[in-house]
Amino acid sequence: MTRRARAISLGVAVLIVSVVAGLLVGPVHIAPGAALRWLVSLGHPPAGMSEQQAAILGNLRLPRVIVAALVGASLSASGAAYQAVFRNPLADPYLLGAAAGAGLGATIAVAFGPPDAFAVTVPVAAFIGAIVGVGLAYGLGRSSLGGRSATSLILGGIAVASFLTAVQTFIQQQNAQTLRQVYSWILGRLGTTGWDDARVALPSVAVAVAILWLVRRLLDVIELGDLEAESLGLNVGRLRVVVVVAASLATAAAVSVAGLIGFVGIIVPHTVRLLAGSSYRQVLPLSVLFGASFLILVDLVARTAVAPAEIPIGVITAFVGAPFFVIALRRTGRRAA
Amino acid sequence: MVHRSVGGIAAVLLLLASCGETAPPQSGGEQPSVSASFPVTIDGVTIAQRPERIVSLSPTATEMLFAIGAGDQVEAVDDQSNYPSDAPATDLSGFEPNVEAIASYEPDLVVYSTEPGDLGAALAGLGIPALVQPAATMLDDVYQQIDQLGVATGNASEAKDVVERMRAEIDSITGSIQPPSEPVTYYHELDDTFYSVTSSTFIGQLYSLVGLRNIADKAKGAGGGYPQLSAEYIVEANPDLIFLADTKCCGQSRQTVAKRPGWDRIAAVKNGGVISLDDDIASRWGPRVVEYLRQIAGAVADVLEAQAA
Repeated sequence: MTRRARAISLGVAVLIVSVVAGLLVGPVHIAPGAALRWLVSLGHPPAGMSEQQAAILGNLRLPRVIVAALVGASLSASGAAYQAVFRNPLADPYLLGAAAGAGLGATIAVAFGPPDAFAVTVPVAAFIGAIVGVGLAYGLGRSSLGGRSATSLILGGIAVASFLTAVQTFIQQQNAQTLRQVYSWILGRLGTTGWDDARVALPSVAVAVAILWLVRRLLDVIELGDLEAESLGLNVGRLRVVVVVAASLATAAAVSVAGLIGFVGIIVPHTVRLLAGSSYRQVLPLSVLFGASFLILVDLVARTAVAPAEIPIGVITAFVGAPFFVIALRRTGRRAA
Repeated sequence: MVHRSVGGIAAVLLLLASCGETAPPQSGGEQPSVSASFPVTIDGVTIAQRPERIVSLSPTATEMLFAIGAGDQVEAVDDQSNYPSDAPATDLSGFEPNVEAIASYEPDLVVYSTEPGDLGAALAGLGIPALVQPAATMLDDVYQQIDQLGVATGNASEAKDVVERMRAEIDSITGSIQPPSEPVTYYHELDDTFYSVTSSTFIGQLYSLVGLRNIADKAKGAGGGYPQLSAEYIVEANPDLIFLADTKCCGQSRQTVAKRPGWDRIAAVKNGGVISLDDDIASRWGPRVVEYLRQIAGAVADVLEAQAA
């Protein structure tokens, strides 16, 4: 087996283990044997399993695990792609105003929308906000800041993010009753996840990840530098647009169902690079696999560490992710030395 | 991102703290004779004469002031004070108070509940006496604050009457509840992401008064009395009653709760035990707690009746 095949197999194995662990472990005790039989029989409750337990597995845990996987995969793959096209190791999926735009969208929906429709309006508004945020950043970077270079896009993103955050804060301050709703969304939320969220996120995530997958070889080229890539016959500007659109689509879908979950888009791609080298032919698929596993496991911690209470998932991604990242960094550093 | 998240946590904690629990207990405050005599000194704040231009930055204090007959001494109330409806609402904010805007009403007394920064000192610098009445942690705090407002506004005997009436009504409500043969459980919902309260909070104590058992108490360690519960835990805990204190903020109702995945199996949902509360009444600690308690007691009585049948 090649090194690449080994890494992919490991990623798949970890994902399977994570999904099963996510299903078996939770604040409510369900016998693992029964839960496994439930899973193998595709949701048919085995003898001895109460209806309530079957409902917990099928309506609460399984959609939550799947949405966590979709969100983790989206954020990690987008982060990896952004790091390539912006040649910036600190680039994350929220770099170009996606988070600020989504935050503004969600706040508008909470402040001015009908309260009994938040479950629908908040994700939709966040999705639109994220796309608008990135669109503005891109338009500004291109029209006013001289071209489609990485720097002009990043500067455009910073300007747009600051502006949208100011608008969001203003609306929130004028509508104090929105505080709790908006903040619980900003901290990331999988606690209310159901199948609806999975259905909302899946199409965009699938399309976006497929596009990023297709261009993964070109990401290696663009990382060399704009001039070098152009001299190899690559249309750098167009590739950057394609990647930004795909990554933003995935990010917007993730943000719309799960709120803002920081750190995943940076930590996972870098850990993958430490494990498997820096070629995007491996970094991209592995980021999808490990990103999905990472968020499933983090969510597992979020809902069991202080059970039956929950910890906001955005807090855990940083709390669990940062030390893990440091360990990986030290290991590799030692090996290289 | 990280900065925003940290800010978010701080804000949520602030918001939660403003609901009670972490607030320090009230210091007694001198309570001179019942007759309206000025000047009075309360918690080191001296009020020279009967205030006629009170500014209230606390919706609870507004309700108390009007209940003790000090309503016509109130000049302005903050943007969250929506009860009683004849309170002189302004766009003053109790969360982010603007000292200059407060001073422009030329108040001779300011009452507020949260201390963001150093409002009291800033007002003192302008020669404006200010009383802080933090979120109650128990019913005695409520009585004490009403009495304190009575003394501060020259309505001490009316305040005493209000407190006595409240005590009597609460006694009669709790006295009317028969202790249930098996414990009746409840879940109190603060928002649609399943934030709840434990029995150690002010709200939780009200439920304990009528003998209810709180499913959130298993999460005692988390969230300083205001834990966010897992949906699957709530489904498994199978509470007899669900109290929705998120009908206004988040548009929740018996119907929306029944539609949540897995929730149709909860006893409260199956047996009509989902009770819609007024968010405002359920988050304040004013005279309307009596109304709130009566609603809870009514729900308990319904459950007991169904059990007996």
